Amino acid sequence: MEKHLFLGDEAIAQAAIDAGLSGVYAYPGTPSTEITEFIQGSPVAKERGIHCRWSANEKTAMEAALGMSYAGKRSLCCMKHVGLNVAADCFMNAAMSGINGGMIIITADDPSMHSSQNEQDNRVYGNFAMIPMLEPSSQQEAYDMVYHGFELSEKLGYPILVRITTRMAHSRAGVVTRAMKPQNKMNCPEDGRQRFILLPALARKRFKTLLAAQPVFTEASENSEYNVYYDAPNKEKGIIATGIAFNYLSENYPDGFEYPVLKISQYPLPKKQIEKMANECKEILLLEEGYPVVEEQLKGFLGKCIVVHGRLDGTLQRDGELTPDAVGKALGKKINDYYAIPEVVEQRPPALCQGCGHRDMYEALNEVLAGYEGAKVFGDIGCYTLGALPPFRAIDTCIDMGASITMAKGAADAGVFPAVSVIGDSTFTHSGMTGLLDCVNEDTNITIVISDNETTAMTGGQDSAGTGRIESICAGIGVDPAHIRVMIPLKKNYEEMMNIIREEIEYKGVSVLIPRRECIQTLTRKKKATKK
Amino acid sequence: MKTDIILSGVGGQGILSIAAVIGEAALKEGLYMKQAEVHGMSQRGGDVQSNLRLSDQPIASDLIPHGQADLIISLEPMEALRYLPYLKKDGWLVTNSQPFVNIPNYPDMEKVNAELDKLPHKVVLDVEAIAKEAGSVRAANIVMLGAATPFIGIDFDKIEDGIRRIFGRKGEDIVNMNLKALKAGFDVAQSVQ
Repeated sequence: MEKHLFLGDEAIAQAAIDAGLSGVYAYPGTPSTEITEFIQGSPVAKERGIHCRWSANEKTAMEAALGMSYAGKRSLCCMKHVGLNVAADCFMNAAMSGINGGMIIITADDPSMHSSQNEQDNRVYGNFAMIPMLEPSSQQEAYDMVYHGFELSEKLGYPILVRITTRMAHSRAGVVTRAMKPQNKMNCPEDGRQRFILLPALARKRFKTLLAAQPVFTEASENSEYNVYYDAPNKEKGIIATGIAFNYLSENYPDGFEYPVLKISQYPLPKKQIEKMANECKEILLLEEGYPVVEEQLKGFLGKCIVVHGRLDGTLQRDGELTPDAVGKALGKKINDYYAIPEVVEQRPPALCQGCGHRDMYEALNEVLAGYEGAKVFGDIGCYTLGALPPFRAIDTCIDMGASITMAKGAADAGVFPAVSVIGDSTFTHSGMTGLLDCVNEDTNITIVISDNETTAMTGGQDSAGTGRIESICAGIGVDPAHIRVMIPLKKNYEEMMNIIREEIEYKGVSVLIPRRECIQTLTRKKKATKK
Repeated sequence: MKTDIILSGVGGQGILSIAAVIGEAALKEGLYMKQAEVHGMSQRGGDVQSNLRLSDQPIASDLIPHGQADLIISLEPMEALRYLPYLKKDGWLVTNSQPFVNIPNYPDMEKVNAELDKLPHKVVLDVEAIAKEAGSVRAANIVMLGAATPFIGIDFDKIEDGIRRIFGRKGEDIVNMNLKALKAGFDVAQSVQ
């Protein structure tokens, strides 16, 4: 029963360890990365032999977590919101098979897109898969939910989706920890083939079982200690606040709530409590971080007309994360008088580090491509996405993990020349390899730059799955070794780099260029560590 | 006791170390604390900030509402101005005077200083110079913490303890360098107020 200062991510990690975890599976992604990193750094996790190596991507991570659960042990799978798109195939079907050992999936959503391409709300996935969901409102609740969540998962027989957002993941607060539980012993399910072989005949049965479980999930929500109804005398309106939105609501009522409030942190929606509010209050105000998920659901939920205000009718902004001010405004509260940002303040966008190899790669690439009028550069997700900004302005697209290679392929098929792809080493092994196979099979006229800094840099320098093997992976996929060209991205090598780039653009077929130099951040850290 | 603090600067300047020391001291004092930070893309030389809230009562929101911060601690003068909407009208601003210029359109310092001058309560000091003088070049952020200590609501010696605990595993030399930096910042701020 110690009190620690934990990030939301760290609270989740510690809770999983304390709850008898046997393995965490994840691919780094802001704001989820620190969960796995915390377990990797935990002496207890090491002592208990908890699996904590990074996976190649979110799909392989989730499948491995399901496999560990199949074998009877407790597993955790963590990802950023868009990672669940990658893992969705396994995710949807894990809801069909159910689990054996307790399994918790963490989705760390990023409303306001602090470090992401979209702000999708993965509670939609929870509803889609029809599994129970938890959404903590505090770091302590995050701890408690994960600590007890494995038992909930085992009791219900399904994986639990825990949804956090940036402000929960990356905010620190005091957290009281609980006693360490033993790990599960290996114990494969006796009815495994009935559940885990999703052939149509069996899958149909499993779907009926999942449907039949829905009232059980709802009952669990209605009885959950995380869903709390606070009564108040003024029934002009009732307020439903989900997850972290409850904090912003409380911030606006330091002396107690004026209207009845229902705090929702466990899904599916607790029907009883919502019915009570709809019967007693004239209208309902919905406060939720992310999409208007509950708001949309509520309209037909009770089979009768209720007035709901929220993000859909403009009571709250439709996009972006909530803030205490945004919630205050929706409540009709007076906002403090405050200073404006002086006009003299300029934007300060992030930039590639000084001394970064991506810089030298872009310098040389830009110089060569200046000679080709129709050149298009298809970018990808990582530090090198910053090549979109001045002074480089070097890429034309950035859509999703691995899309650089396959979009360049489609564009090349359409006649774009040169069609250049720029992808990092970690993103290449995450989702680029299968696209490269498509290119090889059709001998697409494409130039792929795998800018290799031997780490997963953007998220803070985690291991990269293919380090030391990028050339052999490409050759194994079938790229002609004569057109796999390694170079060291340094100013003194510009002439040589440009010659190679030019040669490979002119080669009609698949070429892979590998500018390789270690990330300046990980290199600096290593140097510091050896000095001590 | 309740203090709402915005920490600001440029990625890599070390605002999170300041937050860690204050947080450590607050926890030992038995205070409630919430501290929201932003990791990820912005850490690559972009603007970074952290919301730090301390109170002897439970804290609801991780984020500070507009016009409610008691204090802005900034390692960079233009970044101090960026978060003015969060500062109370009578709040304190403690900032480094030296710009971190990594954008081509960085404004004239005269204009930045003119904006700083408009504020009723501020401490503006050259933390790098003070750090250098104190022989702690790498602890400019801790000089800034020292300068801001009178406004945090936690005693100076408790902040010193926080430094000992946060930097303890890095060895005695590092601890002493940071303690010196803290004291130097504290002294200079006292004399310019």
